[in-house]
Amino acid sequence: MENSKISIRDVSKSFGTKKVLQKLSLEVPEGKSFVILGPSGVGKSILLKTMLGIVTPEQGVIEIDGVNILSSRKTRIDKTNQIGMLFQGAALFDSFKVWENIAFRLIQGEGQSRKQARIRADECLAQVGLTPDVANAYPSEISGGMQKRVGLARAIAAKPKILFFDEPTTGLDPIMADIINTLIKEQVSALGATAISITHDMASAKKIGDRLAMLHQGQIIWQGSADEIDHSGNGIVDQFINGRAEGPLVLTS
Amino acid sequence: MIFNSINIFAIIGRIFINFLRTVGNVSIFAVNSVLSIFSPPFYGRAILSSLYQIGFTSLPVIGLTAIFTGAALALNIYDGSIRFNAEAFLPQILGVSITRELGPVMAALMLAGRSASAMAAEIGTMRVTEQIDAMSTLKVKPFNYLIAPRIIAGVIAMPLLVLIADIIGIYGGWLVAVYGLDFSGTIFIRNLSDFLVMRDITSGLIKAGVFGFIISLMGCYYGFHSGGGARGVGDATRTAVVAAAVLILASNYLMTSLLVKV
Repeated sequence: MENSKISIRDVSKSFGTKKVLQKLSLEVPEGKSFVILGPSGVGKSILLKTMLGIVTPEQGVIEIDGVNILSSRKTRIDKTNQIGMLFQGAALFDSFKVWENIAFRLIQGEGQSRKQARIRADECLAQVGLTPDVANAYPSEISGGMQKRVGLARAIAAKPKILFFDEPTTGLDPIMADIINTLIKEQVSALGATAISITHDMASAKKIGDRLAMLHQGQIIWQGSADEIDHSGNGIVDQFINGRAEGPLVLTS
Repeated sequence: MIFNSINIFAIIGRIFINFLRTVGNVSIFAVNSVLSIFSPPFYGRAILSSLYQIGFTSLPVIGLTAIFTGAALALNIYDGSIRFNAEAFLPQILGVSITRELGPVMAALMLAGRSASAMAAEIGTMRVTEQIDAMSTLKVKPFNYLIAPRIIAGVIAMPLLVLIADIIGIYGGWLVAVYGLDFSGTIFIRNLSDFLVMRDITSGLIKAGVFGFIISLMGCYYGFHSGGGARGVGDATRTAVVAAAVLILASNYLMTSLLVKV
């Protein structure tokens, strides 16, 4: 039996009349890379933001290392501080240079000197395969793929125990997407971190995920290993992974 | 007919409830903003950057507004007061009008257009591009890093800008009086300085501090709660400027009624 790093039980979240998460439960084993699949608008990002403490659910329990992060503000901050996240659009601070983005947490959040933080930023930049000359560029001056790499460098800069990836390959060409997937795999492994990714890119999911789960109508309807997904026996999962318009999964606009 | 009446009541009720909700949300945001000013960590560099943006870069626009307002005001005072042979009082009336009312209000309205919009657009863009969410995953509280420095900068910069606007505005009036209306420059200054009391200037500066708070609060509030996409940021920007301008004018009357001894 594997230890759960993150445990979610009966979490519900609605926006107006729209029920996004409905008594959702999930166990994420320590040191594993967990991928949550689902079509756009199904609530994957909300689930991730709920685990981050940015969105507060109406009910349920979210535990990190066995501690319910919803029990108090202090607990939530203490526990979510060990999470690093790569956002869908990278979410880099456009008024800061690349190296300042990577070192943002070290300087502003942990009080390190700019000189010390710069050294770590340069290390992270090298780890994601970027050359030092990128360090002094602004995010608007680099490509989308490079922005994703910088976002990844920022996420790993503080050596977090947990990493979240929100649609890491969206908007990238297949080669760059594979490069990002490889980097994610390498960095998760190097840090020994527990990772949760959300994606609708099957190639990405199979490459970076030890375990995969399918989110549908606010609940996890299937989970298993990357090898098992091709013969899941679930009509919705089959339709999704094969990208068929016809089937039990009906997408509304 | 009855259904129409019910519809009207429903619409009025909905508008009233929305208004109360906004007042409540702004009040909570204001309290959290003030609390974040006094709770560590403090970001000195962010405060200096906001001071530079709100204060220093606004100087040209505030200066131009003040000099033309002072010049036009001098002409209007002269034209009105000459009807009952009171044109000699131009410096005194100009001084009081500018230091108590026009300096603070004109500067605040200009700053609302310039800085509240910039804050709402900047923070709104950060909201819709998830930069604010990213900040909270990087061990930095967005209220402490984004809101508190702007509130502090608004409250500090606005009185300084108004003081400068007062001086430039009076200078604009002096230029018109001396070169256009044949006043003696020395007598103008002497009459003005003999007449003005410290309360005239301090009441304007107190107002300026409150206006600075309002401008920063509205810019930050609407930016922070910006809806999705370019349209959401546009709406936030426009609403921030309108709300700041209305609050400036309303609070100006309230403060004037408190500061003026009738």
